[in-house]
Amino acid sequence: MGYTLLYLSLIVLIPLAALFLKAATMDGAEFYATITSKRVLAAYRLTFGASFIAACINTVFGAVVAWSIVRYRFAGRQLLDAIIDLPFAMPTAVSGIALMAIYGPNGLIGKHLLPYGIKTAISPLGIVIALTFIGLPFVVRTLQPALEELDGEAEQAAASLGASRWQTFWRIIVPSLLPSLLTGFTLAFARALGEYGSVVFVAGNLPMKTEIASLLIISKLDDADVPGASAIAAVMLVATLLILLSVQGIQWWSQRRTGRA
Amino acid sequence: MSTNTKGIKIGQQDPTWVRFLVISISIAFVALMLVLPLGVVFWEAFRKGVSAYLDSFQDRNAIRAIYMTCLAAGIAVPLNLVFGIAASWAIAKFNFRGKSLLIALIDLPFAISPVISGLVYILVFGMQGWLGKWLEGYGIQVIFAVPGIVLATIFVTFPFVARELIPLMQEQGSEEEWAAISLGANGWQTFWRVTLPNIKWGVLYGVLLCNARAMGEFGAVSVVSSNIRGGTNTLPLHIDALYNDYNSVAAFAMASILALLGVITLIGKTLLERKLQQETSSSLESSTTEESK
Amino acid sequence: MSIEIKNISKSFGSFSALNNISLKIENGELISLLGPSGSGKTTLLRVIAGMESPDPNPDSHVLFFGEDVANKPVGDRKVGFVFQHYALFKHMSVFENIAFGLRVRPRSQRPSENAIRDKVHSLLSLIQLEGFGSRFPKQLSGGQRQRVALARALAIEPQVLLLDEPFGALDAKVRKGLRDWLRGLHDELNTTTILVTHDQEEALEVSDRVVVMNQAKIEQVGAPADVFHHPASEFVIDFLGNVNVFHGRINQGQAVLDTIRVGLSDPNVPDGEQANVYVRPNDMSIARNSMSQASMAAKVTRINRAGVQAKINLILDNQEEIRVDITMEQLLELDLQLDDAVFVHPNKARVFVPDYTI
Repeated sequence: MGYTLLYLSLIVLIPLAALFLKAATMDGAEFYATITSKRVLAAYRLTFGASFIAACINTVFGAVVAWSIVRYRFAGRQLLDAIIDLPFAMPTAVSGIALMAIYGPNGLIGKHLLPYGIKTAISPLGIVIALTFIGLPFVVRTLQPALEELDGEAEQAAASLGASRWQTFWRIIVPSLLPSLLTGFTLAFARALGEYGSVVFVAGNLPMKTEIASLLIISKLDDADVPGASAIAAVMLVATLLILLSVQGIQWWSQRRTGRA
Repeated sequence: MSTNTKGIKIGQQDPTWVRFLVISISIAFVALMLVLPLGVVFWEAFRKGVSAYLDSFQDRNAIRAIYMTCLAAGIAVPLNLVFGIAASWAIAKFNFRGKSLLIALIDLPFAISPVISGLVYILVFGMQGWLGKWLEGYGIQVIFAVPGIVLATIFVTFPFVARELIPLMQEQGSEEEWAAISLGANGWQTFWRVTLPNIKWGVLYGVLLCNARAMGEFGAVSVVSSNIRGGTNTLPLHIDALYNDYNSVAAFAMASILALLGVITLIGKTLLERKLQQETSSSLESSTTEESK
Repeated sequence: MSIEIKNISKSFGSFSALNNISLKIENGELISLLGPSGSGKTTLLRVIAGMESPDPNPDSHVLFFGEDVANKPVGDRKVGFVFQHYALFKHMSVFENIAFGLRVRPRSQRPSENAIRDKVHSLLSLIQLEGFGSRFPKQLSGGQRQRVALARALAIEPQVLLLDEPFGALDAKVRKGLRDWLRGLHDELNTTTILVTHDQEEALEVSDRVVVMNQAKIEQVGAPADVFHHPASEFVIDFLGNVNVFHGRINQGQAVLDTIRVGLSDPNVPDGEQANVYVRPNDMSIARNSMSQASMAAKVTRINRAGVQAKINLILDNQEEIRVDITMEQLLELDLQLDDAVFVHPNKARVFVPDYTI
């Protein structure tokens, strides 16, 4: 136990405390000015906005993928299931340059879309694509156990009472999956907020346009503005913690509703 | 992982066209979002031929980067392994105040952006940081040097082993350990002979993921390293440097090693997950009633 | 080895699992701790084993052969503990499981490899599983696993065997077989054995004495025949076997139920007190007419002929349901049919007055 606590304090607690303390060394006005400067606000808008959209896309498509894997049998199903974890296993820098190679101006896909005025790199769209990549496993892996636990008998009961497949889906299946969908969405969202490696290549990092919060923090550090970086980081950290708390909240709420997790 | 045998009956309740559509969308989406990037790495790496590919490995900086990556992982993984086992042991077998706090703290590095993770280390160990100044007196430099890279790597890969072992050990319960103690075994004997063999697959799984993350970490080490080539660059940082120099073949060549590592990790993960599932279902069997005497 | 428990209490937070328990267990006896879930029986067993410590109290003692073991950790108490779910070491063979207690001894006390092998083999034949040494737990049936668990506990030559609902996870038939086998084993080895169970048939059939527990207290201790035929409290008579209960009132030293009068052993119970009259199904008779005996009118609702005796369900005028067991011959004689109106009459009854010890 002692070893555990010591290790934990050294590695986690002290560094985190340092962050908040450093941010606190800036006096109130300076702090406020930093986190509300135009460039920073643009970065927040971009980061939160793109993460939100990516999480939404992942929720929809992730649900579709999870449904196929759990409910259907087809050739390559197990391969599909295994590949889902690729973003977990792949280093972010590798994903980053790979995505750039696909969606960049000379990229496999990017170069075909460019003439139509669709910029899939050095643009918010590129960022959304990268964040979708990174968040996909979260939704699928959260939904899978929930889908597997679904009681087939409830659906059969509904069918025997005359419900159409569509009705059964919306009235019975979706409500029981709602907590897991929300949890998956939230996890994907939180992960996207903090993502750096896979995004930073595709984004192009134009201030005010495609600069995500993580990159802004690094820029500030390069400018030796440590307090400024800490301020921005503190805001992001608080947002992440709030999001994580809401995940716990969702799970608690669903447990109350259904009597099980 | 799904092994839902009910799925066959239920799935057939969906109309065929729905099934076809859903499966096609799934495959298309995954192929586009996941498989394509993976393939592109290797395609770009070999674009100028095999010899160009192999040449990138001759570069001294590349070798140094590979070495740094292995060093960081080589230190972080064993340390986190020991910690993970100790923490899971404490959490699963005992009740103590602050247990939920401990569990939440363990999950923390998982949730924080890697850049922020790196930043906090600068704050503590940087030149103006608390410990940084003190250590400088001893001639030890942490940030922008090797120790910083190692520390940042430890931080971000910290939860993996513990997260895997905690539910596993909780599920296994502590009856076997009590049995061993009642038969006269001391704590160490109980751990080695009884606990460890039961969690070995979980440990392997945790180590595998921990290693993959350790070798692939980018954001956190970006912040704490000086990005000086040949100095404190890990492989991902080296890839970044090469790419920014428009040396794309070399960048993708390096990336292909990590991509390969990723694929191996994925395969290992899948196999171990199956192994773990087998173990949990067979231990469930031991509590159900049997027929013959 | 005799065990004495004095004034032991144990609470978990606000829940009291044991409330000032005292008990003496004789050397070499097989005693059962019997009671429903939550009665405290497993907690008591674990306190004896040293896996739980009792609430601190200068008057609390756990004595093994007169020696206070409060400071001895479970590994030093030489108890053989058998768990409900076996707790066999999944990754070790049957042989290694049984040998475990001998292998973990400090070098100075550890037997030689040959001695270990001999001991394990002799235990394997004791549990009738010769040749199973190289098998693994998951290859064994539930009954076989439990026997291995027992052998493992016996290997360390314990002073006392503690069995925590050892047959709870097994099928009824296997349970009965193992129960008989356990009794035979005990007769052969004479190790003091404490058995925790919620199965009263098991406790009554196998033990020298039974300790009936309820809600952290001991209700009664005695030989199986004693607790069954001379229950000390309402809980005991209700818990052991089937019983009908009638509610009447005390009047002039008797319990009164309609026309039935039951004499009390203590004539000083005040009039008007509520009397709970307990009658076992086989202590009642059914007759076609009331005759001269005081009896109650009832209607037959169910006749169950499957079994050694016939089990008749009846309903009284006041809508209370009762059960009477009669022999097959009696059933034929009476020629009972469903919905027959008959009279029932208790031959033997036990009266309990709540809040008053008779």
